[in-house]
Amino acid sequence: MNPIEPTTETFAVEMKDITLRFPGVLANDRVNFTLRKGEIHALLGENGAGKSTLMNVLMGLYKPNAGSIFVDGKRVSFNSPRDAIAAGIGMVHQHFMLVPNQTVTENILIGLDEPKFVLNLKKYDQKVKDLANQFGIQIDPTSLIWQLSVGEQQRVEILKILYRGAQILIMDEPTAVLAPQEANELIDTLKGMARQGKSIIFISHKLNEVTAVADRLTILRKGQTTAEGITLGGITRESLASLMVGREIIFNLHKQEQAAGNVVLELNKVSALNNKNLLALRDVDLCLREGEILGIAGVAGNGQSELVEVITGLRECTGHILLEGKNIANKSPQASIAAGLAHIPEDRIGVGSAPNLSLTKNVIMKNYDHEPISSDWRINYTAADLRAKELKEQYKIQAPTIETQARKLSGGNLQKLILARELSSKPRLIVAMQPTRGLDVGAIEGVQELLLEERTQGSAILLVSEDLDELLSLSDRIAVMYEGEIVGTLNQKDADINTIGLMMTGSLRGDSSCSPEEQTTPAQASAEEPTSEQEAVTTFTEPRQFDRSKIVPMHRPFMESKREDKQTDDEGGE
Amino acid sequence: MGLRLEFQKRTEDHPKWLPAATSIGAVLLAFVISGFILKSVGADPLYIYSYFWTASFGSWGSISDVVVKATPLLLIGLGSALSFKMRLWNIGGEGQFYMGAFFASMVVLLPMVNLQTTPKIVVLGLMMVMGMVGGALFGFIPGVLRAKYNINEVITTLMLNYIAVYWNNYWIFGKYSDAGFQMTKMFPKVAWLPRLADYAKQYKFFSGITLHAGVIFGLIAAVIVWIILNKSRWGYKITLIGDNPKAARYAGLDITKNIILVFMFSGALAGLAGMAEVSGVVHRLQERISTSYGFSGVIVAWLAKLNPVAVIIVSILFGALIVAGREIQPSGVSFLIQGITLFLVISSDVLLKYTLRIERTGKHSKSIEPEAALTEEAK
Repeated sequence: MNPIEPTTETFAVEMKDITLRFPGVLANDRVNFTLRKGEIHALLGENGAGKSTLMNVLMGLYKPNAGSIFVDGKRVSFNSPRDAIAAGIGMVHQHFMLVPNQTVTENILIGLDEPKFVLNLKKYDQKVKDLANQFGIQIDPTSLIWQLSVGEQQRVEILKILYRGAQILIMDEPTAVLAPQEANELIDTLKGMARQGKSIIFISHKLNEVTAVADRLTILRKGQTTAEGITLGGITRESLASLMVGREIIFNLHKQEQAAGNVVLELNKVSALNNKNLLALRDVDLCLREGEILGIAGVAGNGQSELVEVITGLRECTGHILLEGKNIANKSPQASIAAGLAHIPEDRIGVGSAPNLSLTKNVIMKNYDHEPISSDWRINYTAADLRAKELKEQYKIQAPTIETQARKLSGGNLQKLILARELSSKPRLIVAMQPTRGLDVGAIEGVQELLLEERTQGSAILLVSEDLDELLSLSDRIAVMYEGEIVGTLNQKDADINTIGLMMTGSLRGDSSCSPEEQTTPAQASAEEPTSEQEAVTTFTEPRQFDRSKIVPMHRPFMESKREDKQTDDEGGE
Repeated sequence: MGLRLEFQKRTEDHPKWLPAATSIGAVLLAFVISGFILKSVGADPLYIYSYFWTASFGSWGSISDVVVKATPLLLIGLGSALSFKMRLWNIGGEGQFYMGAFFASMVVLLPMVNLQTTPKIVVLGLMMVMGMVGGALFGFIPGVLRAKYNINEVITTLMLNYIAVYWNNYWIFGKYSDAGFQMTKMFPKVAWLPRLADYAKQYKFFSGITLHAGVIFGLIAAVIVWIILNKSRWGYKITLIGDNPKAARYAGLDITKNIILVFMFSGALAGLAGMAEVSGVVHRLQERISTSYGFSGVIVAWLAKLNPVAVIIVSILFGALIVAGREIQPSGVSFLIQGITLFLVISSDVLLKYTLRIERTGKHSKSIEPEAALTEEAK
């Protein structure tokens, strides 16, 4: 790339020692970031690593607690995105902000001072058209937004920013919503724009893309930079992946070695669509045994939610899902619950609880129709209250009384309430989605201990998490999901963070066998068909070793809590 | 310098008495505001209000009239309360009331049974069942549309109100008209709900007291709805679905089924009100049997904060407004008070969620602190 000496160069953007503290969380910790003129600079990192926070600081949405920002060599202090836009910085968000019933041109003109009163759309259509042509963007300015594909809508967002005279574009995970071909087109467009002098920040967690598009890159992990403005030459994907996901295990969990038992859950060629009617699960095969934790790793949005939903009966699918031998695919949530499923949902407030109802009413959500809580048609609230009191005691839920509304509980206590409800039903299978996200350290440890206890008791646990440390410390096996597929299943003891990182980013395909142990026994049937329960059990003789030497105790700041709120909102809106 | 009102979100639970206090406060304020309006058109509000009082609670006869008017409000209010509890906005009480009246009348008009020989209790029992069937049918339609196709129930129930009214009119004018008038022939006595006036021979006191047995339906219904909401499994499901449908689905509840059931139950109560009106008050099917009971029932339910016991009290208050409204010109005055009351009661809910703080402003009109901006962002 451009071999200009950094000392003499005026950067398009320079962010120095940016520190941003959310209550209880260090979201950005002395982050340095520089953007050269005319380059595409990738900002790489996991969810919650602080990428979006850093960019929101640049856009003036957050004020940093410390650090300084320079645009074109001049020190700036933005109070709102309006200031940032005036300084020539524009951001394309993941969720588009367009008016569906208006035309492309109208959307681009929204909020501008000109045109003032009379709107001569034709004139502005031409202006938009010229601008689009200048950057090789294909768009019809007169078409209505709702008629456009997602990729085209994204182009409108880009044009909106260019129209406002932006020299610096921030693209927040722009390819997340695009089909592969659209993504390639976008990358071409961005390269063209960079050639014409625009500077582009490209936020991503996909290594393939980043290597295709970026001139330089900065990697964030847990609020800190692990690589600052490095060029891509000579860097392997492996080292990128390890810079991105890191390797720390913080908790000394008391995980007993134990052999897994009978198969509890089995998925056979399960495919499903997401809410946008796109294929989100592709021929997923899985099996899960008694007393075993199967971790599902992957970057958010690669089919994990859909996987959980098909198992819990909340989403339709093709293929077979057997829970204790009963097919629960395309049945109802009742059928899954009746077959022995407990579900710890990702969205604690939106799905896992009834926020305005009391603890008691939240606790009985799944057994309100069983003795002793209810007989025939009526609910015995005395018994229900008693039950709530017991669980409150047993699971140490901090709340004034059992009459307290669920929404008044802190995140950790609400999670304890959900765990109390779910785990007390003596489930055969526990599906836990991001059970520790957004919780403080103490609460996380409590949740993890509870899950391990259930494992000891012989429940099968499917643990979906974006926190690799958590997966590595809790799981017996880890399956990695990428674009709706299980791209590989690793044994905990062989699980290598770099391998997982590469699989998560779609750079490596592993062995997607159902149970790696089976392969050590040549007599076993093909792993893709884990139908023979009896045989499978017999192979499970050798206990796994938990490698204590890999445990590195260390403090870990939590930055997810802030972001998590926003994400939940986004999901709720869909 | 100036004063600034600032609403602050309550961090703790509001006191238990607060909902009742704000409701009563809202009603009183409604009378005050209406008073100013009446004053502005040259009337004497105090005179009007005292007249209201004597017209509605001045004698046993008028009290009986109040209860008679309160009966349909009570039944419809209870049905509305149940559906609102599940956040289903059934405002089709009016249409369900008319369909109930129509179906109940069919027992007599077809006739479904031999009116000469069938015992009164059977005729009335059949009329009750038919009334509830009619109302439930007009609850079922929006219920299915909402549950299966997610069609907004406000629109469907509102439109069905018109359909029910004109459906009734068609039969009254077209088929069962009494000598060309927009009413059917009077029902035989066997189809009349017992009234206190019927016992005037034994107890002289009862003469001219029109109170009929419909009020007993209302009171029983209030007890039943209370039990459903507070003691039953179904009530728990209704509350859970109402508070968070996603959680209810996750917990394995059949939301579709429950939406339809609640709509039908709510409609059945309104239908029973229609039956009580034709059988207990007008003794025939005719035009305008409802003075928009269906809509007043919605107000009653809100004013009572969806509490079945409070529905009884509020419906009597509204019955009184209707009775007094008859005595006064223009009769719109009671609607004026009703409207203002509803507006204020709904607005008063703000006080349950927020506290009001009055602040002096001026000196330091400081910009938003970064911390505050952050929390806003996160929300």
